[in-house]
Amino acid sequence: MLKARISVPARARQGEIMAVKTLISHPMETGFRRNSLGQAIPRDILTRFECRYNEKPVFTATLHPAVAANPFIAFHVRAQDSGKLEFIWTDQDDQVTRVTRELTVDPAA
Amino acid sequence: MIRTINRRNWLAGAGTLATLTVQPRLLAAVSEPVQSVLKRDFPTAEIQPGRVNIELPALAENGNSVRMKISVDSPMTPTDYVSFIQIIAQANPLPDVARFDLSHANGLAEVETRIRVSAEQDIVVVAGLSDGSLWSGSAHIVVTVAACLDALY
Amino acid sequence: MIFCALLAGCDKNPTVIDDSPSAPAPVATAPLPEMLSGYHFQSADTQALQDDQFANPGMLWVDRGEELWTTAPQTGKPACAGCHNDAATDMAGVAAHFPKYNKSLDTVVNLEGQINHCRVEHQQSSPLVYESDDLLALSAYVGYQSNGLPIEVAIDGPAAPAFAAGQAYFYTRRGQLNLACNHCHEDNVGRMLRGDKLSQGQAGGYPAYRLEWQSIGSLHRRLRFCNVGVRAEPFAFGATQYIELELYLKWRAQGLPVETPAVRR
Ligand code: HEC
Ligand code: HEC
Repeated sequence: MLKARISVPARARQGEIMAVKTLISHPMETGFRRNSLGQAIPRDILTRFECRYNEKPVFTATLHPAVAANPFIAFHVRAQDSGKLEFIWTDQDDQVTRVTRELTVDPAA
Repeated sequence: MIRTINRRNWLAGAGTLATLTVQPRLLAAVSEPVQSVLKRDFPTAEIQPGRVNIELPALAENGNSVRMKISVDSPMTPTDYVSFIQIIAQANPLPDVARFDLSHANGLAEVETRIRVSAEQDIVVVAGLSDGSLWSGSAHIVVTVAACLDALY
Repeated sequence: MIFCALLAGCDKNPTVIDDSPSAPAPVATAPLPEMLSGYHFQSADTQALQDDQFANPGMLWVDRGEELWTTAPQTGKPACAGCHNDAATDMAGVAAHFPKYNKSLDTVVNLEGQINHCRVEHQQSSPLVYESDDLLALSAYVGYQSNGLPIEVAIDGPAAPAFAAGQAYFYTRRGQLNLACNHCHEDNVGRMLRGDKLSQGQAGGYPAYRLEWQSIGSLHRRLRFCNVGVRAEPFAFGATQYIELELYLKWRAQGLPVETPAVRR
């Protein structure tokens, strides 16, 4: 079961550059490892991460097996309008994990 | 002779006459895995050294999870922004690590993540700007091998 | 000499360990002049990852534990929260006193054992498998409520025999390499065992996220590594011998803070 952590302000001023941090539980199994019986452990990775701000993609990541287990990704988003931020992870079999956060944007001072 | 990129050369270029060092020199200097990724993804564009800043430990005590922070010098305005940042680890079993697509909506061209590094190497980063220009940087890393004790189980 | 064998074919500069016979330490005096958590033996980057309350990957299990804490089992019995209320208050400091003697079981149990006791006895559910994500999550969550609080276990009364057994285990040579715990974690603290810097073998950070495991793991998982490292047969997870050893380790670590979830290389 995937568990995601998101760090993003709930409130910001218009124009403010917000730090966004994400962490999700996932083995990011490379497909190169073998188990104790010598059998190859099949590849199992997240291939894509996307952040949407009021439906519009504002940050996309394409992930390969060299991204560490339990992927951590941090970036920035400029606050524009109140609304929602969506965080979407997709694995190699197109399974999707989605987390949504509400954001209130106050007019610039 | 194919050798890895020397970080100091790159940084020197970045600081002063960055645009003088153009793609042919870069491609001649990098290892085959990096070349093949660059040829695949950027078949025609020139890659210039510079603008890309990398934070990476010089020594990682375990290659399974290494913190990497990348920033690119850019005003991030609607007309002048970073459109992507790509990480290439030439000595890994697969050189592709990750690619991040950005826009002016990010406000800051900065990304942090944690990567797997399987051996000592130069990690290469290519950044693409909204004007179509490509910039690059690299950072050297040494990886400590886990104690044999743990390799046993 | 022994270390050469341990590191055969794997180290250019083998560390040589003094293998003079180790005398069992007397009870009730701390064996080391200064107690240092394993934290001190990690790189700055690994320490920073542990300190980062957001990015510490062990927190993924703590979050999962919080969910399980309030989830009622299928049996119609209450959730953990149904009897223990708010973990932040009711479980603060609790993990710092484990392992401890449990009256109804009439034996010393560690935190994992206590959680499973509640599962079976108070929730009429099956015990969680040792090292399963759910048991790791609950023990990490309960452990986290003691983060920063000093470790203090009782070793007297009904806990005395377990303590004595754990202490004896610590100072007994074992495995093909014929090494006791103290040979690495007292006599050679700070020295390199290839890529690893030997710590005092303190137990306050578990369940801990190990970069090598790419996951969180229990103290018993760590102990199994230490057994296999000297080519000794490891015990099963949750084995009595490990619980006794855990009691000794926690007594030895008294005063050090609980660091769950710690990050180790
Ligand atoms: C051959 C050397 C060796 C022996 C003998 C050994 N260990 Fe370890 N142990 C290690 C290494 C290497 C590590 C990982 C680095 C460190 O923390 O020292 C470790 C780690 C640990 C840790 C985790 C410390 C932390 O902060 O995460 C504990 C606890 C531990 N050992 C307990 C024991 C016990 C108990 C025994 C005896 C059964 C034992 N060890 C025997 C080498 C050894
Ligand atoms: C029906 C009530 C009940 C439920 C449900 C329950 N417990 Fe308990 N718990 C107890 C009682 C009673 C004790 C003390 C006596 C004992 O060990 O049985 C206890 C003791 C504990 C302790 C030790 C407290 C201390 O101060 O030493 C922990 C830790 C604990 N429970 C965790 C859990 C967890 C985790 C769950 C959910 C999986 C849970 N409990 C579910 C009743 C419950």
